[in-house]
Amino acid sequence: MGSEYAIEADQLRRTYRGRSGWLRPRRTEVEAVRGISFTVPRGELFGLLGPNGAGKTTTIKMLNTLLIPTSGTARVGGHDVVGQTREVRRRIGYVFGGDRGLYERLSGLDNLRYFAELYGVPPRAQKRRIAELLELVSLTGRERERVEGYSRGMRQRLHIARGLLHSPEVLFLDEPSIGVDPVAARELRRTVADLAANGTTVLLTTHYMAEADELCDRIAVIADGRIQALGTPAELRRRADGRRVVEVEAYGVPETAVSALRDLPGVRETAIEERGALQLLTVQSDAHVDVQGEILRELAGVRLGRVNSREPTLEDAYVAIVNAA
Amino acid sequence: MLLLGTLLHAKQISRSPFELAIAMIVPIVQATLAVYLFRSGAEQHRLLEAAVGAGVMGVWSSVLFGSGGAIQNQRWQGTLEMIMLAPRRPVLVILPITVATGVTGAYSLLATLAWGRLLYGIRLDFVHPAAFVVAAVVCVLALGMFGLLLASTFVLLRNANALANTLEYPIWLVSGMLVPITVLPAWTAPIAAVLPTTWGARALREATTGGPVWPSVGICLAISLVCLILGGFALTYVERRARATATLALA
Repeated sequence: MGSEYAIEADQLRRTYRGRSGWLRPRRTEVEAVRGISFTVPRGELFGLLGPNGAGKTTTIKMLNTLLIPTSGTARVGGHDVVGQTREVRRRIGYVFGGDRGLYERLSGLDNLRYFAELYGVPPRAQKRRIAELLELVSLTGRERERVEGYSRGMRQRLHIARGLLHSPEVLFLDEPSIGVDPVAARELRRTVADLAANGTTVLLTTHYMAEADELCDRIAVIADGRIQALGTPAELRRRADGRRVVEVEAYGVPETAVSALRDLPGVRETAIEERGALQLLTVQSDAHVDVQGEILRELAGVRLGRVNSREPTLEDAYVAIVNAA
Repeated sequence: MLLLGTLLHAKQISRSPFELAIAMIVPIVQATLAVYLFRSGAEQHRLLEAAVGAGVMGVWSSVLFGSGGAIQNQRWQGTLEMIMLAPRRPVLVILPITVATGVTGAYSLLATLAWGRLLYGIRLDFVHPAAFVVAAVVCVLALGMFGLLLASTFVLLRNANALANTLEYPIWLVSGMLVPITVLPAWTAPIAAVLPTTWGARALREATTGGPVWPSVGICLAISLVCLILGGFALTYVERRARATATLALA
């Protein structure tokens, strides 16, 4: 590869410009990525974590040559992503979540044969490579069926097989487990971990904290187009050190109560997650301050379920980082 | 890669129920149109020529709409990003798609001849049957290359669909697919001369009724190669522009 880093991003920025209206055109500008810099050594499994619209996919697309950065530079395998596009493309694989991006009326095998040709897999090696990958993603026996009849999980596995056809040095995985059932997601994590163990550099974006925690050597948390924190999962978790988390299951918590909780002495973060009729209220506070009693007082009159006090997790650290952005 | 790509794209296109219906029904209309047009002109002996012309119209329609919208279709399927990520020149990625639209258009040519035989008893007596097959293959390839130019230029236009609709009938007419070019106004002659459709239709007509097939085949291929080169440059520009403006994906 030439460079000790598989991926190098230096002050990457990307602005989307749009125009709407015909008689009086209105120009819009959205700064999706605002100066991101990081490096990924060869063989590392690097995670990009962030809320929707944080700039994760834009960053991946600048690195895999699908987007030209507005400014800044990036290199993959030592090759510039703007000037040496073909060199970069030879070395990378790209897998994104969701069920689009395949030729629906062709079989899984035809899809793989086509992309193997397109990605320059030598004709002699194609048959063996495709058989290996079908085995890897557990699609052996189903490869002659049309993709339109595949389940979402099967399509996602086919996406992964396609991304690996040419044995890429660097694999970009953009929310690969989105919409995949828990068993398939576990299989997927195992496959990704195996790839990294065998020397493939992986850049993974995900919403799922457990996935990032389990898989990634290092994680960059992106919010608002900037890297807000970068480190190993353990280092990020320490961002929430010295805190205590109280979780309350509730039904119909008024906004005024949440605001009041936010203003309690010692409270650092509050978040509400809707789970159908149930709401999960999470309150992070300084560990030495016991806020549980105060919380229950503020929620007087609200129907409550289980109340739990625990140590902070990576997810709590993530929420703290993103909220601070 | 070009061959496998063409075959698989032809497979993908021809498995669409909409495309299948079009390929089955439109040739009946075209064969009927050709037959009644020439019967009313009391030119019974030219029915086969008319059917071939009508079949070429089918190939042209398939290429115009298929290739003109090729890039947009890939974008809607979500496959555009994946194929453009291949370490290949954009022209090698898109050409199999546009040639595939010509290949599926060839169904129309065959179906028009078949319906003409079945419904109207048109005898398939080609003067040069072997040359007809070669001319048909060249015509499909040539229109595929012309389609590449359409694909790369249409994608730059906001209202490409409207343009495709307005181009369908004029090109039929100007290329002499149904009526001889000689009956058209003189100003159409230079336009006809630079269209590969004119020479492709002419080569097929000559193979059907007799005439010097190979010069027409040669000119058709030469014009198409120019289209391929221009289309190749246009695609490189389009790809770069799409990466700059973030229009490879839908989102």
